[in-house]
Amino acid sequence: MAIPRTPASAAKPKRHHRRHRLHVWKDKHYRWVPDGNGDWRVQGYIFRHHHKPKRGHYRGPGKKPPVRAKAAIAPVNPDPRPAGAYQGPFGTEQAVRLLNRAGFGPVPGQAEHLASLGLVGAVQSLTRPSGAATLTGPPPVDDDGAPIAPADVWGHDHIWWLDRMVRTDQPLVERMALVFHDWFATSIDGVSKPQQMIDQSNLFRSACFGSFLDLFRAVTVDPAMLQWLNGAENRKGAPNENYGREMMELFSLGADRGAYSEDDIREQARALTGWRNDWSGEQGAYNFRFDPKLHDTGNKTVFGQTGNWNWEDAPRLCVENPLHPSFFVAKLWSYFVPQPASASVADGLMSTYRSSGWQIRPVLETILTSPDLYEGPAMVKPPVVQLAGMLRALGRYIDTDAWTWLCEPAGQVLFRPPNVSGWDDTRWLDTSRMRARWNIVDYALDEISVDAWNGSYSTTETADEALSRAIASWSSPALRPEHRAELLDFANRAEKKVAASWEQGPYRAMRQNALLQLIGISPDTILQ
Amino acid sequence: MSPRPHNCCRDYTRSQLLRSAAAEAGKGLPVIERGMPEPAGTGLSRRKFLSRSAGLALAVYGASKIPLSAFETGIAQAATGDKVLVSVFFDGGIDALSVLAPVGDPRYSQLRPNLALSPGTGTPFSEDTRLNWHPAAASLATLHAEGKVSAFPAIGYDHPDQSHFTSRHFYEVGELAVGFRTGWLGRYIDLVGDAENPLQGLSMDGSLSPMIATAEKPVAAIDSVDSYDLWAPVSDPIETEMYRSFAQFGALPADSPALAQVRKATKQTDKLREDLGGIGGFTSPVAYPDTYFAHKLAGLAAFIAAGLPMRAVTIRAAGGYDTHSDQAPDLESNLRETCEGLLAFQRDLEARGLADRVMTEMWSEFGRRPEENGSAGTDHGAAGCAFVIGSKAKGEMVGEFPGLANLDTNENVRVTSDFRTMYCALLEQWLGQDAGPIIPGASGFVRPALVKA
Repeated sequence: MAIPRTPASAAKPKRHHRRHRLHVWKDKHYRWVPDGNGDWRVQGYIFRHHHKPKRGHYRGPGKKPPVRAKAAIAPVNPDPRPAGAYQGPFGTEQAVRLLNRAGFGPVPGQAEHLASLGLVGAVQSLTRPSGAATLTGPPPVDDDGAPIAPADVWGHDHIWWLDRMVRTDQPLVERMALVFHDWFATSIDGVSKPQQMIDQSNLFRSACFGSFLDLFRAVTVDPAMLQWLNGAENRKGAPNENYGREMMELFSLGADRGAYSEDDIREQARALTGWRNDWSGEQGAYNFRFDPKLHDTGNKTVFGQTGNWNWEDAPRLCVENPLHPSFFVAKLWSYFVPQPASASVADGLMSTYRSSGWQIRPVLETILTSPDLYEGPAMVKPPVVQLAGMLRALGRYIDTDAWTWLCEPAGQVLFRPPNVSGWDDTRWLDTSRMRARWNIVDYALDEISVDAWNGSYSTTETADEALSRAIASWSSPALRPEHRAELLDFANRAEKKVAASWEQGPYRAMRQNALLQLIGISPDTILQ
Repeated sequence: MSPRPHNCCRDYTRSQLLRSAAAEAGKGLPVIERGMPEPAGTGLSRRKFLSRSAGLALAVYGASKIPLSAFETGIAQAATGDKVLVSVFFDGGIDALSVLAPVGDPRYSQLRPNLALSPGTGTPFSEDTRLNWHPAAASLATLHAEGKVSAFPAIGYDHPDQSHFTSRHFYEVGELAVGFRTGWLGRYIDLVGDAENPLQGLSMDGSLSPMIATAEKPVAAIDSVDSYDLWAPVSDPIETEMYRSFAQFGALPADSPALAQVRKATKQTDKLREDLGGIGGFTSPVAYPDTYFAHKLAGLAAFIAAGLPMRAVTIRAAGGYDTHSDQAPDLESNLRETCEGLLAFQRDLEARGLADRVMTEMWSEFGRRPEENGSAGTDHGAAGCAFVIGSKAKGEMVGEFPGLANLDTNENVRVTSDFRTMYCALLEQWLGQDAGPIIPGASGFVRPALVKA
């Protein structure tokens, strides 16, 4: 049905007006909208002027507000931004990108709030949280509604962390814990107790903004790491080089850069000797401690420096290596921005890192305010980040342990990285993993999907209304125009499939389910 | 009585994870317990492969040099109509003294004050009146009454090892030695199998069972017996339109590498769904219990009926059996799920006229301690139970139940039959293959009659 240009009922009075009230000028502030019964109605008002309005006159309604002195054109966000920082508008769109990369996406209203803080304020609200995180919402339960037992039940460690991602008010702390879980990738497969993995993740939470050297040292003697890379089996006279190698290759310097030699690895392993633990059937590996009797007290030469180095020196020597800052900066950058930093940006970050005494926070704040983050291309979300973000958007909390086995084929189970080099960010998507993401979306929509056949769904919902409802269920994410157009096209195509009257409701219900699913599996949800 | 520590289960789970990861990846894993045998199959290369003719997403092992197209040809050419051996593994060490409970043994109720089955519970075991089938194994009792079950009431080996890891390894490789890289069924496949047919050795638990780890010939693992399906509470005609839009998400232009990556994966996923959608799904002539385990068996029966060229199939029984605490309820539900699934599987094969081609062997790495522990569970023991099931099974007990009066030095049940006698007999009587080249020391083992003439 075409929209009528003039209301039929208005035709007659209009002539009357023209005849008797010649000097009335009208501003039409109305439009035709569907009345919901298949007909049309006017929405809005008509403002009448008794004198010919001047150009640019006030179009009402009500009295014209008093004229104020015109303010100078204000920046979109009046926050002072450091040189080199992103200078464009910081609105909801940018806040969403920040929350996606420095957290797990917004909960309703969060992006708007962040946008109101301005770029620097928004970033600092993430990088400088005060006190302990608050978890808002119902605590996690398993499929039986029982509290989860992350230290005891297989798979509950995964949902324990997922729950923190969903409910925390300090999203960047959780995201940085995930960054360092990948950076110092340790798997439960080589650790005797899930609690030791949880303790390690808590170490990442507590140390994620401070000194990288402090973190590195703590990781070096972390019980989970001491098991995973055999640090507790590395002793005087019988060194185990596993940690000595990875601490340089993967954690601080990088392979094939000329930063260290095979001799350095052997000497670092000697420096790291002395840690041990006890083992019992009841406690697994426990009582991790430094035993001076097992430590090699001879001189070691690492990067050309000779001394009686120990486990505290080994990470320090790495961090002091001239090739460490470039490794650190490039690696941290890669978690937030897909394309490498330009030489000048990288130089700036390195100098920030060095001058701060290897502090993580200042480097992080520079990355999070960088133009590359807001103006550069998109990244693929890791599966767990996508899932946590979907649960936040849908307002769903952890009410099932299915997420563990659903995330496994998607390629990411927390506390189980594939190996010591962590997850491969270039390989998140293939047919198997995409299928897993599709099925995760389906599962996430479990509570929201409608029953097509219980006769309760609207029999008149239009394609527009259906799409609006589906988008609102996802807490109104911004969709790319071409995706929105495709979804609307789908909604119209689906409606055309209705032939019999009994199909009106059920087909519309399935259309709604399909729209919800398609939004969840669209690039808009998968990308950050 | 103070509660005994019973956290072996947790440690065991870890071992299990390590093991499955090793079988899959075979690289870079740390040694977590000294002296533990490396799982057979470690180091085999692994590739994902979708077999259209089988309608399956397969992880194919040990086949890196074979072009993918050859699989299809190999599957098509491989002879069908061969005998199939299905191996069902009770993971964790099932309590044989519950499956066939010695209610007629005077020491039983003394050793098991909380866990003993009361006399009169369950069906009597006709071949030894001291024993009763556990009520949860009633389906097995039914098949036994039909003469389709050969029971080993006390199977194992000399000097039993009570480590899950080591004992399981012995059973998997068919030899009391660590460090074997191939499984006993893997060596059978290497000997008689096809160079291009990965379905000849099939693990139905997502990752390769070390039992069918081969040195040369390809074998496979599947995640699911169903097709490559995408879930959504949407059906046709809306579903078709939904996938049209999904495909369109994959076809639109991309302005960044990441978006291009999503589009590509979307496009391929939709293509695969389309390709495999028509093949997936199967129907069964009999009703199966609504359990995951039974569903896999239903799929297996359908695969065999469809002529897929399989020789050895491995599947894990429902649940876990490392019952260090609260044994009764766990064992009850898991054993019931497994036995009911197997009965339905047997009935399915009979209805399809395939029962003479399929034999099922059930095993566990050890039995459990006769004396119960302080947490209503049982700890690791020695002799366990095994069963050979099928229309062609001889249906006669092998080895006797030794009783509880005379336990071994660790207070465990004594072994009356070696598991390798079962392997040799299955190889020679069922698969028609001389056990000599497959089971080390095969000539030294007796051959119990397991198969009807």
